[in-house]
Amino acid sequence: MSTRLATGGRLLSKDKALSFTFNGRRLRGFSGDTLASALLANDQMLVGRSFKYHRPRGIVASGAEEPNGLVNMGEGGRFEPNQRITTTELFDGLTATSQNHWPSLDFDVGAINSKLARFLPAGFYYKMFIHPRPLWKHVYEPIIRRSAGLGRAPTAPDADTYEHFHAFCDVLVIGGGVAGLQAAKAAARSGARVLVLEQTPHWGGRAPVDGGTVDGKPVDKFVEELVSELADMPNVTLRNRTMGAGVYDHGYVLGYEQLGDHAPEKPGPRHRLWRIRAGHVLTATGAIERPLPFAGNDVPGVMLASAVRDYVVNYGVSPGDRTVVVTNNDNAYLTAIALKYAGLSVPAILDARVLPTDSPAMEQAKALGIRVLMGHAVSSVKGGKRVTGVAVCSQSGEGAVLEEIACDVVAMSGGWSPVVHLWSHCGGKLLWDETQAHFRPDVDKAPIGADGHGFVTPAGCANGVMQLDAILADAVQAGEIACAAAGFRARHSDAPTAEPSGETPMTPVWMMPQGAGIKLRSKAWLDYQNDVKVSDVQLAAQEGFESVEHAKRYTTLGMATDQGKLSNINGLATLAAARNVAIPQVGTTTFRPPYTPISMGAIGGEARGDVFQPLRRTPMHDWHAANGAEWEPVGHWRRPYAYRRSGESTHEAVMREVRNTRDKLGLLDASTLGKIVVKGPDAPRFLDMLYTNMMSTLKPGKCRYGLMCSENGFLIDDGVVARIDDDTFLCHTTTGGAERIHQHMEEWLQTEWWDWKVHVANVTEQYAQIAVVGPNARTALERLGGMDVGKDALGFMDWAEGTLGGFAVRVYRISFSGELSYEIAVDASHGQAFWDALMVVGADLGAMPYGTECLHILRAEKGFIMIGDETDGTVIPQDLGLDWAISKKKEDYLGKRAQARSHMADPTRWKLVGLETEDGSVLPDGAYAVAAGENANGQRNTQGRVTSTYHSPTLDRGIAMGLVLHGPDRMGEVLEFPRLDGTTVKAKIVSPVFYDPQGEKQNV
Amino acid sequence: MLILTCPVCGVTAEETEFHAGGEAHLTRHGPGASDADFEDYLFMRANPRGVHFERWRHVYGCGKWFHAARCTTTLQVFGTYTAQTSAPPQEILDKIADARPDWTPRTPG
Amino acid sequence: MSEPVSALHGISDDHGLVRITELGPRGMITLRGDLASSAIKKAATKGTDLSLPGPGQAVLSGDDGVAWMSPDELLVMCAYDDVQARLARMTKATQGKHALAVNVSDARAVIEVSGTRAREVVAKLAPVDLSPDAFTPGMFRRTRMAQVAAAFWMHDDTTFRIICFRSQARYVFDLLKVAAQPGSEVDYF
Repeated sequence: MSTRLATGGRLLSKDKALSFTFNGRRLRGFSGDTLASALLANDQMLVGRSFKYHRPRGIVASGAEEPNGLVNMGEGGRFEPNQRITTTELFDGLTATSQNHWPSLDFDVGAINSKLARFLPAGFYYKMFIHPRPLWKHVYEPIIRRSAGLGRAPTAPDADTYEHFHAFCDVLVIGGGVAGLQAAKAAARSGARVLVLEQTPHWGGRAPVDGGTVDGKPVDKFVEELVSELADMPNVTLRNRTMGAGVYDHGYVLGYEQLGDHAPEKPGPRHRLWRIRAGHVLTATGAIERPLPFAGNDVPGVMLASAVRDYVVNYGVSPGDRTVVVTNNDNAYLTAIALKYAGLSVPAILDARVLPTDSPAMEQAKALGIRVLMGHAVSSVKGGKRVTGVAVCSQSGEGAVLEEIACDVVAMSGGWSPVVHLWSHCGGKLLWDETQAHFRPDVDKAPIGADGHGFVTPAGCANGVMQLDAILADAVQAGEIACAAAGFRARHSDAPTAEPSGETPMTPVWMMPQGAGIKLRSKAWLDYQNDVKVSDVQLAAQEGFESVEHAKRYTTLGMATDQGKLSNINGLATLAAARNVAIPQVGTTTFRPPYTPISMGAIGGEARGDVFQPLRRTPMHDWHAANGAEWEPVGHWRRPYAYRRSGESTHEAVMREVRNTRDKLGLLDASTLGKIVVKGPDAPRFLDMLYTNMMSTLKPGKCRYGLMCSENGFLIDDGVVARIDDDTFLCHTTTGGAERIHQHMEEWLQTEWWDWKVHVANVTEQYAQIAVVGPNARTALERLGGMDVGKDALGFMDWAEGTLGGFAVRVYRISFSGELSYEIAVDASHGQAFWDALMVVGADLGAMPYGTECLHILRAEKGFIMIGDETDGTVIPQDLGLDWAISKKKEDYLGKRAQARSHMADPTRWKLVGLETEDGSVLPDGAYAVAAGENANGQRNTQGRVTSTYHSPTLDRGIAMGLVLHGPDRMGEVLEFPRLDGTTVKAKIVSPVFYDPQGEKQNV
Repeated sequence: MLILTCPVCGVTAEETEFHAGGEAHLTRHGPGASDADFEDYLFMRANPRGVHFERWRHVYGCGKWFHAARCTTTLQVFGTYTAQTSAPPQEILDKIADARPDWTPRTPG
Repeated sequence: MSEPVSALHGISDDHGLVRITELGPRGMITLRGDLASSAIKKAATKGTDLSLPGPGQAVLSGDDGVAWMSPDELLVMCAYDDVQARLARMTKATQGKHALAVNVSDARAVIEVSGTRAREVVAKLAPVDLSPDAFTPGMFRRTRMAQVAAAFWMHDDTTFRIICFRSQARYVFDLLKVAAQPGSEVDYF
């Protein structure tokens, strides 16, 4: 059984006991524990069930590479699935439950899959569930989804907050182990701004566990002094609990800081995403130990040798009483020695190597009385939910059992793989190191920065340098390279010295034993999390999935949440052997960020709730909100759709607003319409290029409606242009067009006609603009008084400046409703007061605010087009019968050449008409008019579509506009429009001007 | 995410401050242009693997357009320069030649 | 005419790491033209003790200020009530020259962030190096804050003033409140 040792545990504060629950069971741990170490201390080795076969799974690792220990953490708004117990710091009150089993962790019905494993090889799902097709959706998929998958999705909204932080530094060091710290110091001596990120709460990485001395001091003492020295340097920032998640173009790095995971009661954000821009990036990300592929290597109790050592040394936890160490290298001997020193039993070390002489580590192990069996291997592991022993064989054979050794832990080591993820994210290349049997950075092929030079330097184990003395020297060198690359002068100082370890080389072992038959191979796991075995990868190769990317997807090797941190190299080696090629020829799959999963909350940062997106508010926003406005999003603006009164439906409110505006007086907040000042001696010429019609002939004091097209000829915006003086125009755009058209103008002025003397300024938000609309509009303004708004002084399409009710205003006599109408611009800071004044003088004139839906109906009754309804980016003005607004005299305007193309002049282009349903109903929006016959895809042919459709309270019937084949020539013809419910509605082609075709109402 | 230096205001900023505007140095063809010239102008864009001249706008900064010479494979930025020019300046071409001795300018069209 | 009302009626918040205040109506004029010309210089600075700022700078004195927006644009700042008089002077100074002066006072909002943690609060939202070595009073930066355009300068070592569009003032204010939430200290600068 696993248990807490009486002594040891360098990371624990044993005076701070903590209480937590696992599957409802109340357990105890200490401050400094991870959830994994605390579970082991409570003899909870079994932590989950595997993904596919539901096999019992225990803790394998002690860090970010853990594949099995994933749990549901927390409750309610803090529930989160798939949390890694080896990196979860224990806190008082932590609650966790295990995943992927039913009904319980100890007894899981799904484990029947394990008995069927023979029938569930790689690609099983692809092969089995293809036919018959309909069964997939209704039978196979629901069943598979229930039995597969890990944690549950949260149901409550996330109770935490998150944020981003933009940080800049000269040298970013990722990894706070001895290499990272030493490299940071070397870089910081140059004066460079250095930021060091460490994913765990602790500094020094593995070195303090592995022991030894630096400059005559114990490693942990050395680390402590180095950290305090760095902390005192003003140009160095140290951040623990912050993972370097990804390295991107031009020195962009994401850091993932866990602020609240270990202390949920602490106020403030849970996670902070650091958006770092570094002059140079130093990856000191260490190395990860590889499992060995032998039969039963997934039985709970089979662990990485380094993890066993970590639990003993760091957490004072014994994973088991009797540990068999199986290895192909010297490093795992440290585990056997550490266990011995902790008073635990190590019945044997099975070393796959055959060596001529003993290394110092072997000598030390033997001196401690440990039985060392060279050339030996595990044939198979005994036990189900917990290791009970190993069957020993010789590595070079086929697995014939020589003896069985009882034990409850197997500590395995297949060698070490540098963590090259961050080096590789942005294109750093790897090379295969034969001696150490791993991929390490090819420092001559670093990721390229903006200046064309490499911007990442690896250091220490991450660079394939595995011995302490060499690591320190490598780190100093890397630190000096990094600061120089960031533009600083390195100030050299010799690396501290550590005593050489005298390790003998490892021997690669990709299958244990070497000649294992299918029975053993199909019990030898590569990927614990996705249940991929040696036999699966071999099957993939046999079936032709030779590319590593194909084999990965076919077998799902390395595709789980751990992204193959433990499994990839063993998988590649297995694939290489199956294909009979060298490992570098197989290559690696692509390393993609993030290094370990990061929360969606951190990615979103502050953008949730009220600030999820920027909502734009007009100066009268609060008034609208207080007066029943239902909002319509228009871009980021919120405009009142209608103002609903109590007892009224939204539709009823809209109908009331239309009738009131036609009969009395309506007020519209039109502040969102774009307003752009265009000024300069070349302004007339410039506007002639931008608009399809002639603007240069417009007289000061007058307004003209204009159309803008793209160079492709399509209509992009419309609006009223007012000429302020000879040199100055004010161009109105659509609400959505303000920024777009301003940028469009700037683009042409800056990049094509840069010698033209024109300045533009977007003054959209300077003004509150209010449309005062309806038969009583003039009376209302006259009551305010101050300027003459009479028919003669301010005729239709005139504008004037003056005062109304004491407000400085600019009044445009324009109409988008067909009514007598004034649009009045007042400085935004006075917008609400002016609106209030209008409501007061208009009270007995029937003044009512109206919203965007009313605006739409008013304009549709008049046959006025709306950008975005009648246009969709493929419509030209000619399609809309707007030929009158296209100058024939101008040599050029944007879109003119495009409109000369044959298909633009094609008489079969659909053209704008009005549509009147025979039964008075409202046509469905976007409905198509069907034509005879079918197209090549067997669909009904079409001859038109609805672009705008409303119920007109003025006419008390449905009205619509649409684009129809030869429409204007087919007045009176009846078209059929299918509805979604399968019925059809008939509509007659009519003029799009439904109301007051002579314009008598607006010209009073 | 790239960093670019706006040659107009001198600010070096990350890509989110900028807006990409496609291939640089296009020649506008208006009324009277042949179908082929107009098609080239409106639709045909170089998409080279390697050296490329691009339009960018410092949209959240000074608001000005500028040009960038950039490698589309390594993302190296050879330089940024004014938008008020119809061809890359010699200084930029020299920088490209330094970094990519084998590169020859694409003939327009 | 009514009393001018700024976007957020001058509200403030000091529950978090910094004090956030909307500064009420401020005078702002966009002045475009040839910045090297004496006409523009005169238009921008006449009647003040200011000099013309260089690229990336703002020159400020009391309510008055001039910020460099782009090679052909300045933002002239003054008291809200002075705007019409200043505009008239500018129009006179640039008579016959190709220049544009427009009132944008009501199109913008100015929000102040003050406190020793002002730098880190702003750095959560803007992709700009705000370390004391890189950004100092006298500098003026146009950039984005989260999802909207913004420009800011440092009024003093612990105070930022942020200009944003009026319609987005509420968003920017709320963003700053989130960025300044208690417990969110970064301790980077």
